[in-house]
Amino acid sequence: MMLGQLNSVERQFSGRVKALGPLDLEIREGEFLSLLGPSGCGKSTALKIIAGLLAPTRGAVLWQSSKPSVGFVFQDPTLMPWASVRENVRLPLDLAHMPRAEADARVTATLARVGLTGAFLDAYPRALSGGMRMRVSIARALVARPALLLMDEPFAALDEISRDALNEDLLRLWREDNLTVVFVTHSVIESTFLSTRIVALTPRPGRIAGEFTVPAPALRSGVWRMSAGFADSAREVSRLLRQGMDAAA
Amino acid sequence: MTNARLARGLIPVLVGAAFIACWELFVAAYQIPRIVLPAPSAIAQALLQDFPSLMLSLWTTLRITLLAFALAVVTGVALAILFSQSRIVEMALYPYAVILQVTPVVAIAPLIVIWVGFERINLALLILAWIVAFFPILSNTTLGLRSADHNLIDLFRLYGASDWQILWKLKLPSALPHLLSGMKTSGGLALIGTVVAEYGAGSGTATGLAWRILEAGNRLQIARMFAALALLALLGVAIFFSLALLEHYVLRNWHESAVPKEY
Repeated sequence: MMLGQLNSVERQFSGRVKALGPLDLEIREGEFLSLLGPSGCGKSTALKIIAGLLAPTRGAVLWQSSKPSVGFVFQDPTLMPWASVRENVRLPLDLAHMPRAEADARVTATLARVGLTGAFLDAYPRALSGGMRMRVSIARALVARPALLLMDEPFAALDEISRDALNEDLLRLWREDNLTVVFVTHSVIESTFLSTRIVALTPRPGRIAGEFTVPAPALRSGVWRMSAGFADSAREVSRLLRQGMDAAA
Repeated sequence: MTNARLARGLIPVLVGAAFIACWELFVAAYQIPRIVLPAPSAIAQALLQDFPSLMLSLWTTLRITLLAFALAVVTGVALAILFSQSRIVEMALYPYAVILQVTPVVAIAPLIVIWVGFERINLALLILAWIVAFFPILSNTTLGLRSADHNLIDLFRLYGASDWQILWKLKLPSALPHLLSGMKTSGGLALIGTVVAEYGAGSGTATGLAWRILEAGNRLQIARMFAALALLALLGVAIFFSLALLEHYVLRNWHESAVPKEY
């Protein structure tokens, strides 16, 4: 079922540089959709437009019913350095004036789901590794139980080992919560591993270069990454991306 | 590590002691007249002799300094918050804050003293010291309020935060390191402002340390002058270290500047 769609969305920045579009994109309920494109193609802009943080210059975002509740994960963990892990994750609940006891219970449970327990809860962000900070950031996005999770190259700055672990955890969370995820990335491998559907974008201004439905099992794990199907899919996604680059050139 | 810390405390003390010893020997060896350069022992003697009146003056200067500083923090932060909420207010008022800052306080002192009146000289001193101490708080806090992480502001908006929540939970904490650094500058300036204002007000009912220095200078009591000067320097150092300690204490958990490097 469709959750919402972008209708010929365009975004122009001051100085009349066109960053994005026109872009027509459907977001389907429960899917893991990756927006894949070269840097500067406007994929982060598209994500902010979906979140409602930016208004499109032309076109519109239409939701099937009302706008779903949104969680957002940035490329940087974007934590408040003066607040402990617990306080950082509690932020969305605090802003919604949820009673403290209920909020704290929810925060502890959510942090446990991303693998953070015990002494980490009272640590300050600067004491944590990059991978752990990203886990806190994901917990903060999930704590308010969003229907739609938007992620802007969240693992781009992490080392490969942390990234692989976070990728698998993210898939688990996506399935457990029946989330719809829109994931922005410039990595063919990462998007092929994670997504059910990949939309490749052209260089600036970003338009759709091609779309690919990943023929992966619903329960995918590290095994999927080693399979022949994975390699074939990644090749096909690369080809789409290349096509977009050539079309723009 | 403890050795390094010990050395950091001990070395300046040793240098100071050596300097004072050389000074004492130099004055004795060349028989320098007391009205040119009194020996450290003579200064200590003057300090002990005039202890009650000097302490009273110290208290007068300290009180005005602290009041001016507190006033500067309150008004500076309040105005910075106002600036951050309204661009128009900032555009309208900021140039005048700068004018107030760049006009030398010595030049304004006589005017303020006349307006406020000699019978309320402490109020005049307070206003003058406040003018000097106010600006670093305003400019640092303004900068700090603007330096909040843009993605965090987006995140707050995404969760429907009000302007008030963004100010209270995001912008003010972001501004804290800048404010504390401004306070370190401003604390010293409040003392300088008070002393300069005492000079500017000249004779009369002012009884602070600057007045003691003037009075001792006029009477050629150079040792007493040095004693008042030493107290003034001590006061400045004490203010600076208290504020540095406050900064360290407040930021110890989260700010790069306050967290020790681990090797």
